[in-house]
Amino acid sequence: MTLKMQTMADKTEKLIIRLQNVIKIYKVGVERIHALDGISLELWENEYVAVMGPSGSGKSTLMNVLGCLDQATSGYYELDGQDTTKMSDAALARIRNERIGFVFQTFELLGRLSALKNVEMPLIYSRNGWWSRRKRAKNVLERVGLEDRIKHRPNQLSGGEKQRVAIARALVCNPSILLADEPTGNLDSKTSEGILKLFDQLHQEGQTIVIVTHEEHVARHAKRIIRMRDGLIHSDLPRDQDPAYKKVMQNVVREELE
Amino acid sequence: MIAVIRVSAAFLRLFYQSVYLALGQIWTNKTRSVLTTIGIVIGVASVTAVIAALTGLKAKVLTQVESFGTNTIFILPTRPDKGSMRHASWWTIRFLPEHFDDMLEHCPSVERFSRIAGIGRHTAHYREKSAENVEVTGIEAAYHEIQSRPVVLGRTFSVIDDMQVRPVCLIDPKLRDELRLDRDCIGQSIRIGHYAFRIVGVIERQPELQFGESGQEHYEVFIPFKTTFKMGRPWIAAFAASKGTEVTEEAQAEIRFFLRRTRNIRPGEPDTFRIESVKRFMETFNSIALMVTLVAGGIVGISLLVGGVGIMNIMLVSVSERTREIGLRKAVGAKKSAILTQFLIEAVVLCFIGGLVGVGIGQCLTLVISGINPVLELTYIPAWAILLSFGFAGSVGIFFGMFPAIKAARLDPIEALRHE
Ligand SMILES: Nc1ncnc2c1ncn2[C@@H]1O[C@H](COP(=O)(O)OP(=O)(O)OP(=O)(O)O)[C@@H](O)[C@H]1O
Ligand SMILES: [Mg+2]
Repeated sequence: MTLKMQTMADKTEKLIIRLQNVIKIYKVGVERIHALDGISLELWENEYVAVMGPSGSGKSTLMNVLGCLDQATSGYYELDGQDTTKMSDAALARIRNERIGFVFQTFELLGRLSALKNVEMPLIYSRNGWWSRRKRAKNVLERVGLEDRIKHRPNQLSGGEKQRVAIARALVCNPSILLADEPTGNLDSKTSEGILKLFDQLHQEGQTIVIVTHEEHVARHAKRIIRMRDGLIHSDLPRDQDPAYKKVMQNVVREELE
Repeated sequence: MIAVIRVSAAFLRLFYQSVYLALGQIWTNKTRSVLTTIGIVIGVASVTAVIAALTGLKAKVLTQVESFGTNTIFILPTRPDKGSMRHASWWTIRFLPEHFDDMLEHCPSVERFSRIAGIGRHTAHYREKSAENVEVTGIEAAYHEIQSRPVVLGRTFSVIDDMQVRPVCLIDPKLRDELRLDRDCIGQSIRIGHYAFRIVGVIERQPELQFGESGQEHYEVFIPFKTTFKMGRPWIAAFAASKGTEVTEEAQAEIRFFLRRTRNIRPGEPDTFRIESVKRFMETFNSIALMVTLVAGGIVGISLLVGGVGIMNIMLVSVSERTREIGLRKAVGAKKSAILTQFLIEAVVLCFIGGLVGVGIGQCLTLVISGINPVLELTYIPAWAILLSFGFAGSVGIFFGMFPAIKAARLDPIEALRHE
């Protein structure tokens, strides 16, 4: 009952993403690889979604399409009420700049720039943020807990700190959605927990988040879990109804009981 | 209107950002940048030095020419290289004073002329002082109006001086000082050979245009044309002035026709004299200068080409090294145009730095050149040459930077991010 109420409440929120029958085909030689084979999906404001699935199931491809880094071969993709399927390169670049924050597994920080400069970078390409870029970058670095690492270069930062800088960079333009493709893939479990706590905090602050992961304990932080297989959505359930999650939780409960 | 301001503001931001990034990039790869720009440096240094040297030479020649006057025509005997006179002795082909009689009546384009008589170098004496290497030249009164050799003290020669074969002379200031004459030496007498000459004026020295040959000091003394015949048999030539630069060629033709008659040259026989004009000389000089400029321009062009290829190469390396960075920039919202501008400006900034260093080195070369040879003492780099050099360097940057920049702009962000 409570669950149903919550879903109802969610539906009154703003729709951020609508995918309808999105197909992405890669041509390798004569072979045609259906990386996405008809994905339909809706994402609402302040959702926290984990995308899971075996390797090659199309998770990264989906993220790239969501992040407007790549355009679907066919299908419909609407972001913040705008149809992106027929957009020009320049318009897509602006969408990436203003509405999307991308976090990569390998951080992708520029080694010769300080943390601050790295975080400032998206603002360089933005229409409005240019003049205030220093201030905004500082604020967001504070938000991810790195106020005392502003002048450090990436090689003077730990893995977790690097990923925090990368998250700060993704957030600096106030994106509608934060996309993270295996953000903890290169981090040890303790550091991962720190990063995931940061995601939880961002979620509480209202940020919409989609995170790709292989690990159940990472997915556990999300409120909704999408499982993919062979370019298709295999299951898409609130966390508490997800079978794998339930199984894990049962184990946890059992362990606690024993 | 607001849209225009917005767009240009966006462009300025992008421009500033690109320059900033480019300088950072160049600074991080110092050695590489230095090596890359050497071609541009050499190109620009040589273009500025060559232009500077030519400018200097031209300035020098122009001052020289101005002292001659641009209407001036110079007539002197020469032995032709064919015809019956080709083995004639210099003595047979020399000019006689009467060859020029009535020339003005027969040559309507000639304003005036003066025969000049050279009798070689002598020693001049005043009291116990003497000066060797004194060039004694006989001139007529018209000489003063043809050549701009101002008489700074005393008076010029008059027609009377010549008619009466007066023993008077004009001397140059150096000779006055060498012989320890009074500063105002008018009225004093010097002795040349067995003859005494009363000084009536001091004439300005000719601007020097000798390539390196400084050697001994030499002096000049002018005496009336007819007076020279008392001292020996002079070697005669003539200066003439046309009525204007436009009719100089006509004047030359008239003089040629006239002199062939007075010198009894049969039709078909070649001339036994030469008629040179300053105008022609200037034309020749200009065409040589142009040729030198073109040749130098060609060489410089090649070195800039080589430099440009170097720039292109290093930019390609830079693009492939920074593929991931490009991917990232695109992923966070950099448009194609922003990436293109960034790399293009990096190439141009590299070239401009090369240009700057090149102009600096060119300046040093120019100083060295002007120090080596007094003929080139007026050598300097004109402002337009500096602008030209920078223009060249910039164009090379744009031209050779374009291909790598387009390559960078076209990169697919996902593939770029996957690049190792
Ligand atoms: N650029 C490409 N060219 C051809 N095939 C591609 C390309 N990118 C992805 N693929 C194929 O598309 C399919 C989905 O790839 P994707 O990277 O989305 O998988 P993934 O779920 O992210 O896997 P992983 O968990 O290993 O990251 C794979 O079969 C892959 O081989
Ligand atoms: Mg993946």
